[in-house]
Amino acid sequence: MILIAERINGMFTNVKEAIAQKDKKVIQELAKKQTEAGAAYLDVNVGTAAADQEAAMQWLVETIQETCSTPLSLDSQKPNVIAAGLKVINAENGLILNSAPLNRKNDEEILDKYMEMANQAGPKANIITLTMDKNGVPQDIDTRVAIAAEIVQKAMEKGFDTQRLFIDPIVLPVKVPNAQVQPSSMLAAMDQIRYLADPPPHMTIGLSNLSQGATERCLINRVFLAMAVSHGLDSAIVDVLEEKLINALATAEMLMNKQIYSDSFLKVYKTAGKA
Amino acid sequence: MSVPEVAESFTGEVSRVTLGATKDSGGTRTSTVTVGGARNMVYGGSRQDTGEKPVIAMDVLDSEPQDWPQVLAEPYKDVLDKPGEWAKKCVDELGADLICLKFEGIHPDKANKDASHAVKVTEEVLKAVGVPLVLWGCGNDEKDNQVMPKVSEAAKGENCLIGTVTEDNYKALTAIALADGHNLITEAPLDINIAKQVNILASDMGFPLKRIVTFQATGALGYGIEYAYSIQERQRLAALGGDKMMTMPVICDVGYESWRAKEAQLADAPGWGAVQDRGPMWEAATAICLLQAGVDIIRMRHPRAVATVKNFINQIWSSQ
Repeated sequence: MILIAERINGMFTNVKEAIAQKDKKVIQELAKKQTEAGAAYLDVNVGTAAADQEAAMQWLVETIQETCSTPLSLDSQKPNVIAAGLKVINAENGLILNSAPLNRKNDEEILDKYMEMANQAGPKANIITLTMDKNGVPQDIDTRVAIAAEIVQKAMEKGFDTQRLFIDPIVLPVKVPNAQVQPSSMLAAMDQIRYLADPPPHMTIGLSNLSQGATERCLINRVFLAMAVSHGLDSAIVDVLEEKLINALATAEMLMNKQIYSDSFLKVYKTAGKA
Repeated sequence: MSVPEVAESFTGEVSRVTLGATKDSGGTRTSTVTVGGARNMVYGGSRQDTGEKPVIAMDVLDSEPQDWPQVLAEPYKDVLDKPGEWAKKCVDELGADLICLKFEGIHPDKANKDASHAVKVTEEVLKAVGVPLVLWGCGNDEKDNQVMPKVSEAAKGENCLIGTVTEDNYKALTAIALADGHNLITEAPLDINIAKQVNILASDMGFPLKRIVTFQATGALGYGIEYAYSIQERQRLAALGGDKMMTMPVICDVGYESWRAKEAQLADAPGWGAVQDRGPMWEAATAICLLQAGVDIIRMRHPRAVATVKNFINQIWSSQ
């Protein structure tokens, strides 16, 4: 499982304050802890509060890289903010551009732009692409798969290795009227998305969104993560510091025969490398 | 239209382990041997993916073997009770990459020899040959725990490969191998789950994973080779998949297992062909089969089998 750690995000108060006060210690501590907890990538999101998002992104990237070499996932819906991060990032270890939809009403070429940015950043630059287009987030299985297919096709046409694509079928909060059907639709969509290319594109989800506003958030998150693993999910943006979540994940991967069982399977999961 | 690329590619690789220490590194070996490094299955991927050539560790016993069939004993008849000369013969005449010194004679049910004997033999063999050594206990936990630490100490600084440690008996030898700067063999009884667990246990004691070689136990042709084959293959796939607890190179014991087979031993079996050919063929066939599953160090015994397998390795690993 390719874990993308979610905690360096301006939506969290301590990160927001750290950005405002240029307090490097908070950020570097989060980078270290999440790396130790098994993160393959650290997501970096400036949030919405920063006055100058480009500058905030650059400060975060530089601050993290001062003490940590874990690859980063530059997270913004604004290409200019990601581009700002790319200017200062060390791309050698790999990185992710997070994220682009297939297209937008006001920007038909958005995914092309991300692919171009990724290519400029080097062969180890990946993209998270959302199964979403100008009509918004699809509510059914078929549209999700159809958009994913268009994404894969675009990548193939442009010679962009499908192994560099992380397709995100978009998790919606379960506690939204009429949204309870979404988790099972997502799983059904994932069953099809993995056959769009060989080897299959990566699939990732922003897990925490699922339990937004609900009670028993951690329980909901980890049960769904285990279910998604059984449908081919091989990456997720999660709180890697949540031990029960990682234990559930380790168990799910072991039960799916992605990790060889040993009596110490929980203990070694973080160091065992991705499946 | 171009031909599509169908080779599988992997993210992980088998770790490289270097055995032996020359004068520059504080030892007395005249050469070192590096194994591992494969980034694909055998025959899979590109030339760069093949890693280091597999090597042959020829068995030398600390005490004259009592139960070797005549066909196997014959080529060594002048040296069977002289481990130093035996080792020298294997290296100088038969092309052994390594010597595996097997302390058969310390077993309580066999000659039950003591630590001073084992130390003496170790020193004798170290002096006789310049290749790196594999030092292999007798398999009796209590006796190995008494003797092998002394053997380890006698070879301190030589960067040997020493073993074996198991899930139930790993602490003493792991600690001493760490202290004396050797590499360690972790053993499991044809059980991939236990194999992983032993590696974790050794690693928990602070033993570097990059200095471990695994031994999954070996089955000879006709005697469980399919189990050994599938476990080796599974280990290789786990290593290539990036499972850090399974990335070690592999040693297998083809010599002992092959010569246990009745097909290799039985003289009075006219329908099976000449007995002097059967054993070497059995040993070579077992080795070549396991090489294709992905093994790095092969313990072997008969000169003709060694020659056949070396020829195979040279053809396959040099032409890829």
